[in-house]
Formats: sequence, C-alpha cells, structure tokens
Amino acid sequence: MNALAYFRGGDWLTLVLGALFTAWLAATAWHGGAPGKVVIRAGGHIFTEARLDAPRRITVPGPLGMSIVEIQPGRARVAADPGPRQLCVKQGWLSHAGDTALCLPNQLSVELTGAKRRFDSLNY
Amino acid sequence: MQLQLPSTPDDHRIAKLAAAAIGLTLAEAAIPSPLPGVKPGLANIVTLVVLARFGLGAAAWVSLLRVVAGSLLLGTFLSPTFMLSFSGALVSLAALALARHLPGRWFGPVTHSVCAALAHIAGQLGVVFFWLIPHAGVAYLLPVFATAALLFGTLNGVAAAFLLARLPAPQPACAAP
Repeated sequence: MNALAYFRGGDWLTLVLGALFTAWLAATAWHGGAPGKVVIRAGGHIFTEARLDAPRRITVPGPLGMSIVEIQPGRARVAADPGPRQLCVKQGWLSHAGDTALCLPNQLSVELTGAKRRFDSLNY
Repeated sequence: MQLQLPSTPDDHRIAKLAAAAIGLTLAEAAIPSPLPGVKPGLANIVTLVVLARFGLGAAAWVSLLRVVAGSLLLGTFLSPTFMLSFSGALVSLAALALARHLPGRWFGPVTHSVCAALAHIAGQLGVVFFWLIPHAGVAYLLPVFATAALLFGTLNGVAAAFLLARLPAPQPACAAP
C-alpha cells in the first residue's frame, strides 16, 4: 500500500497551509503575550506596580527579611529572598503575561500582567 | 398494543456506521495519551467515509450519535469531557460542511480530515477557554494541539481514502440526498 496515492493535488496545499498555520500559532502563542507590568505583593497587599521598561531593583520587606525583585526590560525575577527553599528565586526570569513567582515564607508574590487580567480557572 | 417505531434502511445504515464509530471511540479511550485531548480521533475515519459516501446529513448523524452514545458508554455524558467532544464534533461538522464544497478533483478526504481536525481543536479549546479555564495559558497549548491535529488529521484522512477506495460504492437507491 502506497499511502501517498491517497493524496490529491490540493491535499498537499492543505497540509502546507496547515503547517504554516501551526507555525504561526507557535510563533504567536509561545512568543506573544508580552507583559506590560509587574505587580509585587507583600503580605497580601500590593506593594508596588512597575512597568517593565527600565532595569531596576526593588527591595521588598517581609516577615523574614528583605526580598529583592529585579526588573529588566520585558522581564522580572526574584533576585534574592530569605526563604529556606528559594523556590521563587530558582524559578528564574518571568517573561510572559500571567507568569507568577511566589515566595510564600516571606509573603511575597511577583506577577506579570498583560493587557487583560483573567481568572486562573473556574470550577462549577 | 405493540409500539411500532418504523425505521428506514437509511436509519439502519446510520446505526451500523455509528456503531463502528462508537467501537473506535471505546478502543481509543484505552490508549494512553500524553496530554488530555491529544487523541488520534479514529472515529472520525467513519465520519469521513460517511461524508464521502452518504452526504453531510448522514455524517452529522453518525458523528453526533457517536459522541452521545460513546459518552454514555464511557460514563462522561454531560460532563466537561462530553461538552468538549460535543463542541469539537459540532465545529468539525461545520468545517466539513464547508470543505466538502472544495473541488473534489483536487481536494480529497485528507483535506476534509485535516480541516475537521483543526476545527475540532478550535471548538474544544474555545470551550476550554470560555468556560473551563479562562486563562491566557491555554494559548500555550494551541500549537501542540494544532500539530497533533495536523498529524492525526492526515493519518485519518489517508485511512478514510484507503477505505473509500476499497469499500463497494453504495446502491443509488440508498444514497442520502
């Protein structure tokens, strides 16, 4: 059986268009969603909101000590945190809208927001 | 008094074809999947063959009967899983309704299958996004699902074309309008 015998001329066109569409989806979905702002919360309250345009470092106080949030154009990270397991520091750079780093011991959260804010999930 | 439920030969044929599709759905449910929703969609081979042989109406019957009866057998009727496969089937049928008007000389079951598969994930992810998980993260999965749709859509299309080349043509008297 020769599988290629079952393709008609236009089917190849469909496959090429489908592949291009998929590549376009990958390009937009995986590289799009540029974040606009970073929202830093400490102890449940918004500590500060900052635009992701210029490099800067923000020191945030918490119950364990000082956490340092580093901002660069288009991305942000928790550069230093006094938490015992360093999970939010090891998470590294956040660069997509919706990315979040949580430092629970020090009650810090760093979240990148895009154009529109939506829920994480809804359950019925 | 005996209750009479008259059935036509067309009904019998649709029931047989839907049973074949349901069988494929059940067999497929046993295949482990790396990501919920990435499935070969083997039952769509039946839908494609029915579309080519008996027209859109019969294809819609077979597809929707397959979704409802398959979900009853798998115990997912009216659950989110069912809503996903139902919405996917509806959008797929809409795509097939458009794709079947492409010139048959150039576009065959492979095109129909790929269009239906891409429409299926579009319908499913639409429901996921607007109903279950309204989060931008859903978009990260789009390319994965689209790649799977392209791959399995092509394979199912080839399988449907293979079957169509071997199955006997229907009797003209039975052909649906």
